[in-house]
Amino acid sequence: MSQAEAVEQGGAIEGAGKAGKVREAREARKVSPLWTFGLLRSELLTTFRRWRTLALLAVLAAVPILVGIAVKIETGDGGSTGGGGPQGGGPAFISQITNNGLFLVFTALAATLPFFLPMAIGVIAGDAIAGEANAGTLRYLLVAPAGRTRLLLTKYATTMAFCLVATLVVAVSALTVGALLFPLGDLTTISGTRISFAEGLGRALLIALVVAASLIGVAALGLFVSTLTNSGIAAMATTVGLLITIQILDQIPQLHAIQPYFFSHYWLSFADLMREPVYWDDLVKNLGIQALYAAVFGSAAWARFTAKDVTA
Amino acid sequence: MAPYESDDSTSTGEVDDLPSGRRKAARYVVPVAVVGVAAATIGLVPALADSGDPDLPEITAAQLIEKIGQSDVQQLSGTFKITTDLGLPDLGGLESSFASGAMGSGSGSGDGSAADPSAKLTELASGTHTLRVALDGENRQKLSLLENASEYSLIHNGKDIWGYDSKSNEVFHGTAEEAKGEQKKEDLPATPKDFAEEALKAVDDTTSVTVDGTAQVAGRDAYRLLIKPKQSGTTVGAIIVAVDAKTGMPLKFTLTPSSGGSAVIDAGFTQVSFAKPAASTFDFTPPKGATVTEEGELEGKAGERGASKSEDELRKEFDKELGGLKSEGKHGKGAEGGPEVIGEGWNSVAVFDTGGEGIPSGAEVGGDMGGFLDSLGDKVTGKFGSGTVFKTRLINALITDDGKVYVGAVDKDALVKAADSGK
Repeated sequence: MSQAEAVEQGGAIEGAGKAGKVREAREARKVSPLWTFGLLRSELLTTFRRWRTLALLAVLAAVPILVGIAVKIETGDGGSTGGGGPQGGGPAFISQITNNGLFLVFTALAATLPFFLPMAIGVIAGDAIAGEANAGTLRYLLVAPAGRTRLLLTKYATTMAFCLVATLVVAVSALTVGALLFPLGDLTTISGTRISFAEGLGRALLIALVVAASLIGVAALGLFVSTLTNSGIAAMATTVGLLITIQILDQIPQLHAIQPYFFSHYWLSFADLMREPVYWDDLVKNLGIQALYAAVFGSAAWARFTAKDVTA
Repeated sequence: MAPYESDDSTSTGEVDDLPSGRRKAARYVVPVAVVGVAAATIGLVPALADSGDPDLPEITAAQLIEKIGQSDVQQLSGTFKITTDLGLPDLGGLESSFASGAMGSGSGSGDGSAADPSAKLTELASGTHTLRVALDGENRQKLSLLENASEYSLIHNGKDIWGYDSKSNEVFHGTAEEAKGEQKKEDLPATPKDFAEEALKAVDDTTSVTVDGTAQVAGRDAYRLLIKPKQSGTTVGAIIVAVDAKTGMPLKFTLTPSSGGSAVIDAGFTQVSFAKPAASTFDFTPPKGATVTEEGELEGKAGERGASKSEDELRKEFDKELGGLKSEGKHGKGAEGGPEVIGEGWNSVAVFDTGGEGIPSGAEVGGDMGGFLDSLGDKVTGKFGSGTVFKTRLINALITDDGKVYVGAVDKDALVKAADSGK
C-alpha cells in the first residue's frame, strides 16, 4: 500500500468519524481537491472579517505611528539621539530612526514582537477551535465532510496567515510613517557598513518574514490550548498567560540552562539580519525552535482534537 | 519531518479498530515521540558530528612554535567567541567599576562617548561574547562585538580609526599612522595569536611546553600546544593553544585554573576563513544624525575622568583587557606608575602602592561595592601586618591595611609570602 493511500485513508476515516461518512468524505476529496482550499478560504474570510481581528490589526498598526511621532517630537528641537545615553533605553534600533525612516520598521517590529504580536496571535489561535466550540458551530464544521485533521490544519494555516498579515501590517505602517516623518536613503547596518535603500527594503521584507516565522511556535501552542477547552476566552487567556510567563522566565539568569528552549528566546535574533555579513547562528536556532514547537504542539493538538468528544 | 507523517498515518489506520480509550492514548505517542526525537537529535548530533581528532603528522613543540612564528596571515575573517569566567558573581553594571577598582587599571567607564573603545572593552572581562574579526593587510582591520540587536565595531581603515556603537548611534573617530612593519603584531589584538605570543614569552625553566595531540577548531585541523607551569603556587593550571596545522595561526586559547573546573578564559574562532574580506567591510562613514566624538574632543572630556586616551593607549587597553588579564601579575606593567614586581615566572606578584587606607573605600568603588568587597575578601595576617585577600579563579589580590596592593595569578599563601618579603 502506498504511503499516499495510507494517509488518505487515515485522514478520511478519522475525519468522518462514522463508517457511513467514510465514503462520502473520500468522494468529496476525490471529486474536488480544491475543497481544502475552499475550506481555507472560508476560514480566512471568517477570520479576517471579524471586527475583533480588524481591531487587533488596527492596534498593531498604531504602534509604529506612536513610536514614530514620539521620536519625531523628542528629536524635533534639533536633538539627534533618541536612545538616551550609552545604555540605550527603548527598543532596538530606536536611535537610528532619525537618520533613516526605514529603521522605524525594525524598531516597530522589535517593539511589537515581545508582546503585541504574540498576544494577537494568541487571541486568534486560542479562539480557533475553542471559539467554535463555544459558539456551538464546531459540530457543524465537522458534520460537513471536512475531517478533523483537515479542519485543524486549516485552522493552523489561518493562524499562520494571520501571523504574516499582522507582521506585514506593522511593517507597512512603520514604513509609511517612517517615510512621512523621516528621511529615507542609504542606510548604515549595525556593523557600520552602508547598504543601498533597495537592499535595505529587501532586508526589511526578510526581517518581516522572519518575525512572522518567529510566531509559528506561539501559534501552535495556542492551537493546542484551544483544543483543550470549550471556552474561547479561557484558551486565549491561557495562551497569553503562557506567553507572559515564558517571557518572565526568560529574564531570570538562574534558568539560563533551559532558556534556549523557550520559544521566545531567540526572537530578537531577527536583528542579526542587519549585520554585515549576516550572522546566521541565532536565526537558524530561532527557526529550528519554532519548527520544534510547531511539530510538538501541532501533533499534540492533533492527538487531542481527533480523539475529543465534540459535544458543542 | 517525513518519518513522523508516516507514523501518524499508519498509527491512525491501525488504532482505528482499538477500543476508544487506548486509541485516544495512542495518539499522544506522536507528540511524545517528536519530543523524544528532538531531544535525541540535540543530544546526539554534536557527538556524531565530532568526527574525532584529525590525523596530522607528529610535530615537536619547537617546530610548532616556529610554525606560529612563521605564520603570516594577512587576510582573514571569522567569528570569535570569548568566554571569561573569573568566578565573580554576575555584577551587571558594577563589574566595570569593580575591574577598575580592584585591578587598579583606572580604565574609565565614565561619562565619555559610548563609542569610546576603552569603555566597551571592559565588558569583555566577564561572560560570553561573540566577536567578529576581519583583517586585510596591515592597514585594514575590523573588530566587532556582537550584542543583542546591536553591535560595536572598531574599524581601522588606513589612517582612520572608527568606533561605532549602533545601540546609541554614537561614533568615535581617531587617526592612526599608516602601519609600518613592526606594528603588525599589535594589529590583531583580540585573536589567539596575541594570547599565544603572551603565553610563549613565558617559556623558560619555569614552564613545560608540549604538543598535546590534535583537535578540530572552527572546522580546521589544529595541533594543541600545552603549556603548563612547573612551579607550584600559581593559580594557572594549564594553557592550551590550538594552532592551525596549515597556516600556523593560533585558533583557540584556553586557560584552565589549577583549582580545576571550567576554563577561566576560553577564546577561539568558531568560524574562520583566510580569504580576503570584501573591501566594503572596512568602509565606514558616520551615519546621518550620529553623534561623532573626535579623539581630541574625547581627551578634552576625558580630563574630567582623569584618563586620556592616545592611540597607543587604546592599543594597550586592547592588550590589557584581553591578553593582559592573565598576565597581570607576570608582566606587572600597570596602567600608571609602573609597579614593582616580586617573584619570578608564574609566581610573580605585582605591587601597587595606593598610599591610601588599604581596602578601596566607598568613594573609590561606590557605595554598594564597599560592602560587597568586604564580603568577598578573606582577612589575613602575616609579618607584613594584616590585610584582606580578594579571590577570583585566576587572579588574587592582597590589599594590606597600610594601603599596598599585591596582585598576581598566585594563591593566597604566595601572596602573603610576597607581602612578607616585600616588607
